[in-house]
Amino acid sequence: MIVGLDMGGTHIDGVIIENGTIINTVKKPRADGDIFGSIWGALEGLLLDQDTTKIERINLSTTVSTNAIVEDKTTPVGMVIQTGPGLSGDFLACGSENVFISGCIDHRGKVVERLDSKEIDRAKELFIREGLSACAVVTKFSTRNFEHEVQIKRLLGDGFDHITMGHTLSGMLNFPRRVFSAYLNAAIHNTFNRFSHSIKKAMIEREINAPLFILKADGGTTVLAEAENRPIETILSGPAASFMGLNALLKTQEDALLLDIGGTTTDIFFLADGVPLFEPMGIEINSYKTLTRAIYSVSMGLGGDSSVRVENREIMIGPRREGLPYALGGPCPTPTDAMIALGLVEFGDRKKATAAMKSLGQILGLSVEETARDILDIMADMIKSKVDELLDKINDKPVYTVHELLHGRKLRPRLINLIGGPSKYLSPVIEKAFGLPCHYPKDYAIANAIGAAMAKMTQDITLVADTERRLLTVGEFGVRERIGRGFTLKDARKRAIGLLEDRAVAQGANKGEIETEIIEENSFNMVDGFYTVGKNIRVKAQIKPGLAGDLKL
Amino acid sequence: MIKAKNSLGLVFFPAFDWAISPTHPEREERLLYTRDQLFEEGISDIEGIHFYNPIIAHERDIQRVHFCVPDVASRLTDSHLIAAGGAIKAMDAVMKGDVDKAFAMVRPPGHHAQRVVYGDRGFCVINVEAVMLERLRQDYGDLKVAIIDTDCHHGDGTQDIYWNDKNTLFISFHQDGRTLYPGSGFLGEFGGPAAYGYNINIPLPTGTGDEGILYVLENVVLPILEDYKPDIIINSAGQDNHYTDPLTNMNFTAGGYARLNSKLNPDIAVLEGGYSIEGALPYVNLGIILAMAGLDYSGVREPDYDEEALKQTEGTTEYIKELSHLVYSRWQNRERLWAEDIKGKDIVELERQVYYDTDGILENQTQTFISCRKCSGVNTIDSSSDGGYHIYAITIPRDACAECIHKGHKIYKEASPGDYTNIYLQDRVNDTCFSK
Repeated sequence: MIVGLDMGGTHIDGVIIENGTIINTVKKPRADGDIFGSIWGALEGLLLDQDTTKIERINLSTTVSTNAIVEDKTTPVGMVIQTGPGLSGDFLACGSENVFISGCIDHRGKVVERLDSKEIDRAKELFIREGLSACAVVTKFSTRNFEHEVQIKRLLGDGFDHITMGHTLSGMLNFPRRVFSAYLNAAIHNTFNRFSHSIKKAMIEREINAPLFILKADGGTTVLAEAENRPIETILSGPAASFMGLNALLKTQEDALLLDIGGTTTDIFFLADGVPLFEPMGIEINSYKTLTRAIYSVSMGLGGDSSVRVENREIMIGPRREGLPYALGGPCPTPTDAMIALGLVEFGDRKKATAAMKSLGQILGLSVEETARDILDIMADMIKSKVDELLDKINDKPVYTVHELLHGRKLRPRLINLIGGPSKYLSPVIEKAFGLPCHYPKDYAIANAIGAAMAKMTQDITLVADTERRLLTVGEFGVRERIGRGFTLKDARKRAIGLLEDRAVAQGANKGEIETEIIEENSFNMVDGFYTVGKNIRVKAQIKPGLAGDLKL
Repeated sequence: MIKAKNSLGLVFFPAFDWAISPTHPEREERLLYTRDQLFEEGISDIEGIHFYNPIIAHERDIQRVHFCVPDVASRLTDSHLIAAGGAIKAMDAVMKGDVDKAFAMVRPPGHHAQRVVYGDRGFCVINVEAVMLERLRQDYGDLKVAIIDTDCHHGDGTQDIYWNDKNTLFISFHQDGRTLYPGSGFLGEFGGPAAYGYNINIPLPTGTGDEGILYVLENVVLPILEDYKPDIIINSAGQDNHYTDPLTNMNFTAGGYARLNSKLNPDIAVLEGGYSIEGALPYVNLGIILAMAGLDYSGVREPDYDEEALKQTEGTTEYIKELSHLVYSRWQNRERLWAEDIKGKDIVELERQVYYDTDGILENQTQTFISCRKCSGVNTIDSSSDGGYHIYAITIPRDACAECIHKGHKIYKEASPGDYTNIYLQDRVNDTCFSK
């Protein structure tokens, strides 16, 4: 028995799934300002009359971290930043106190200039004087060698509630993003941990022993204890839940386009061979670019309630929503009015919808029906041209080998999965515009909760091995170990997969559900003069994202 | 995040799966640490900096510039077409107005590749900038262009290609050819009869540092550019003047390279040589990018940078001052020098031996420039290699008059296949190539 809960903007959805079958659901309005209370209320409702000892896991998608950032209810953070040579670092000053220190580690992870512990002592004094409880320490190239970050943390001491070290958040190279990610992580640490404490306490009281997992922006989950260390990963899990829900309801192994058409916006997602496409670097929140892996999604200002008008004898839709559709008492015509006028949907005042179409049609010399159909066709065309533009960008992402440039894989959707209010009625129009088969789920009311329930643990790591220096580093796990000079790419693959599997199982993942894979690998001969002195090996491995099992519908 | 003052297009194509040979300096690893540095700096997140993939250059693009012997397909690999395509893509982004400036970090380099190509010399098979520039002129019309070769080695390939072209000013400063490959690049190499004075070499003494190179820039290169008024400035951006380069003996720094690009203000830079792949390239490339984007580069320095140790001697400073004076006065007096050296000659011949160090081929060639009052005139190359080829190549230049177009085709028609293994004709006016 798996429990899935998703906290949306207005409601909380819940679902219990047993052997792929939905056995109970709940949908409750959320109480303002009380995230824990709202979630616990929904969970209690969901678990009423259920045998809680049968729960294998609870997957929770919560806005607690997102809200803290967006509503600016974060903890002030003291930042210690080591920029080394390169871009000047002023723009990195994101904390309430920012101390830039000397010392430097280069691209191969060599310490070029040592830390000055006096600088850290001074930072510590400053942070204490300013009453800061959270800190973040980030050094350039800490994913290659995190010893400075570890030393700084040790020098800052135990007096702070929390200290985030940059290298623990991601193995990717991008110093500014690492700084911002570490800042945000430290800034929301308290908020998330208060929330997690409340949940744990309530679960003990209710005698629920099941492990709790938190949904992440990449559509996977992480065990609560990990989320407590890295709450940044739990931001923006809402769109991920909806995306995973749609995937569970309409499973595919192909390249696919996913559209969530709402009242105000249309959200665009992609699957490559049925696996979610991610943002290339990480998600952006409140204008902070982070290293947090997230599902690629683009939102366009076009939905059922977008305003429709005629400009220069052309129908224009969106990007603004002026209010409800005209047929529902709103100020101006909308695509929904077009659907009502055509009799595709049966709500609202059809007479008003018809009148709205007529007034537009008169300018264009078109009948009511022609006008309504044109509006829907134009809406589909607008989505199509946006999708084409995105696909061009995705398929032109920078590549670094001759092989990839000449024979690289291109994303080409074979089908479209639709979700959202007008899906059923727009499906034929979208099908025509794209020339691709279109599917939509019959019932999607609790898709987000299903998405949360069906999500499985994800994790990706970057392993760097330098056989000349005889060192192997995996920043995310804080692993730095000696290797032999004969260490090969094959050894690196094996070590990366082993580390991932051990960690996943230790965190309560079901070994059967874990599928690991190598997603990137390189091995370069390092040459000094005319002699090969070693190999520089880089391997990226991940637990394959996707759904835990199949849903029986 | 920060915003670039000049929008900048970057083609970064390290070709991680291509090498001349496993331990050759031009190998897979060459741009690895540059990639690490650029990624770690978060360059792709800077507003106004855009990354592009290379396109793949066509055979036509190569034939427009080179006589590949026996043909393009036998001399080139995909990586050469991609390196040229990367530069074309970068330049195109500038010409279309998508970005203000562009930097193509592609490999292998190209500035040693001359018009005739029997193989690889100085790690170059085709001249990436020339292929780019001639494609550009084909697409966007005639342009007055200055190529500033900042590589430590003399850009003898680019010199050869634009030797007789007044619309392409070529300036190369480099370590003196008496102490470094390819052994050319002296003041007397001043251009062909139709472009005498438009090929400028500044051979620098070993140990030249930031001070010397920036002196040359400010006292020779920039004043000449001010006189010449090019539509486009190209930086043939080698990075081997760096003090850590294993193949050269200069003392230039990453900060110096950044200042150089800031002052030179090129429209496009194309990576050439530079083989200190750990100690120099990551910082030099970063410096060039920041300078071109108009961003603060004061934080760009090598981890082992030591200002005192890298100072050039006073003797060097004096030598460079005198040299600069001489080079600039030759430029100012180029018409008088033309009258003394060239005027009245119907034909100018250039006889040379060209060594392909990478492939171990020796070539003997005679270039013949036929003077014309109306245009740059037809020129021919009679060349043989120790690989058994003996070729005859005719070029009708872009500005050729009707008479010279006719003359070029006539020479081609009359050349007897019995005398040569291959005969080629480049008709640049009609952008066609022939071979027999």
